[in-house]
Amino acid sequence: MNFDLSFYNWDLISKFVAKGFYFSILLTIVSTIGGVIFGTVLALMRLSGKKVLDVPATIYVNGMRSIPLVMVILWVFLLAPFAIGRPIGAEVSATITFIAFEAAYFSEIMRAGIQSIPRGQVFAGQALGMSYGQNMKLVILPQAFRNMLPVLLTQTIILFQDTSLVYAIGAYDMLKGFETAGKNFGRPIEAYVLAAVVYFVICFALSSLVKHLHKKIAIIR
Amino acid sequence: MAMNWQWEVFLQDPGGAYPTYWQWMLSAWGWTVSVALLALAVALVLGSVIGTIRTLPESPWLTRLGNAWVELFRNIPLLVQIFLWYHVIPAFVPALKEVPSFILVVLALGIFTSARIAEQVRAGIQALPRGQRYAGMALGFTTPQYYRYVILPMAFRIIIPPLTSETMNIFKNSSVAFAVSVSELTMFAMQAQEETSRGIEIYIAVTGLYVISAFVINRIMAFIEKRSRVPGFIVQGGTGGGH
Repeated sequence: MNFDLSFYNWDLISKFVAKGFYFSILLTIVSTIGGVIFGTVLALMRLSGKKVLDVPATIYVNGMRSIPLVMVILWVFLLAPFAIGRPIGAEVSATITFIAFEAAYFSEIMRAGIQSIPRGQVFAGQALGMSYGQNMKLVILPQAFRNMLPVLLTQTIILFQDTSLVYAIGAYDMLKGFETAGKNFGRPIEAYVLAAVVYFVICFALSSLVKHLHKKIAIIR
Repeated sequence: MAMNWQWEVFLQDPGGAYPTYWQWMLSAWGWTVSVALLALAVALVLGSVIGTIRTLPESPWLTRLGNAWVELFRNIPLLVQIFLWYHVIPAFVPALKEVPSFILVVLALGIFTSARIAEQVRAGIQALPRGQRYAGMALGFTTPQYYRYVILPMAFRIIIPPLTSETMNIFKNSSVAFAVSVSELTMFAMQAQEETSRGIEIYIAVTGLYVISAFVINRIMAFIEKRSRVPGFIVQGGTGGGH
């Protein structure tokens, strides 16, 4: 077994990995923001107490949570061109998928966060004459976000790991960058090892950060 | 959008090992179930052992080993781990070269999930009141004895709800096996879609099978939870992230 260290050079990073890394990060950030917004809407629908809102949101969330992400990636890639009327790239399709898919998971987190706020807070807002929107925006959601921040960030780390699954539709993410480089230079083993190391370093650093944050938040409360 | 369904596509001949597409699909479902159940067995055994040694008193090295295991396998994406098992590890361990990719996927998925189960087992053990441990010690039990008779029976009951979602996750995650050409449901969906161009019908059927699988597991786990309940304890489940 020969393990060629000269494979690890600047060309590998600049020509193959950088582009994929950029897409993986961008996909993570865009779908976290999009997913949290859409997920919060879904959570509010489920907590509204109105059947017209609750039922579709529940079906959506439970549906998304019972099928594999890879299938959702394939579904959107198949259907999006019909819906939009023209072909779309794998990258755009992946972004739509991740926002739609992660929203289901983020909505469960936000629902737990909203439910963790004592009912007295809602009554206090109402007593001050706030509308539902004002009460949510100024009183409930800021506290729910704060309580759930560590969980939301943990979910974002999972999301970052899941971005590697865009492999199924051939989008060019970080893993694809390493794989392409490995194929081009005939060094797949070195490529996969470095890919694993890079993913590990990023995810481990982020999860250590979340643990630290968790302690900080816990002290304040 | 007017849609003309062509469900007859499932009666066509794929021109391979199976006479029709629906028979191929059922066999693929069998592969999905096999990968998931075998990986679950690996994950439960390893996860219980690793999770337990992380809580042992006065064994800092075992605890460290357990923590390292969890961090290592939790922070690398499953797809990358599958590629490591498929492309990298056989290059260093020649004995694994002859092993079919199905087994490698089972190992990869099992070990990936074991890290998550270990975390739940640890949390379950640490959720028990410390008095339980002391009660065992006071009765003169050795460490293995009070784990076996006092702590673990309660801890495993506590973690049934998160284990339910982990079991459902393992079914969903088995879809990643497509990447190393295990002919499970997702692989079938991709290939049949390409060959027949009837992607929507194929995907609806495959998605349906995944939903049915998830539902069945959910019911089985609810049954186990009900049967194993200790009178006087109300164990509440929580919602969690993860896939």
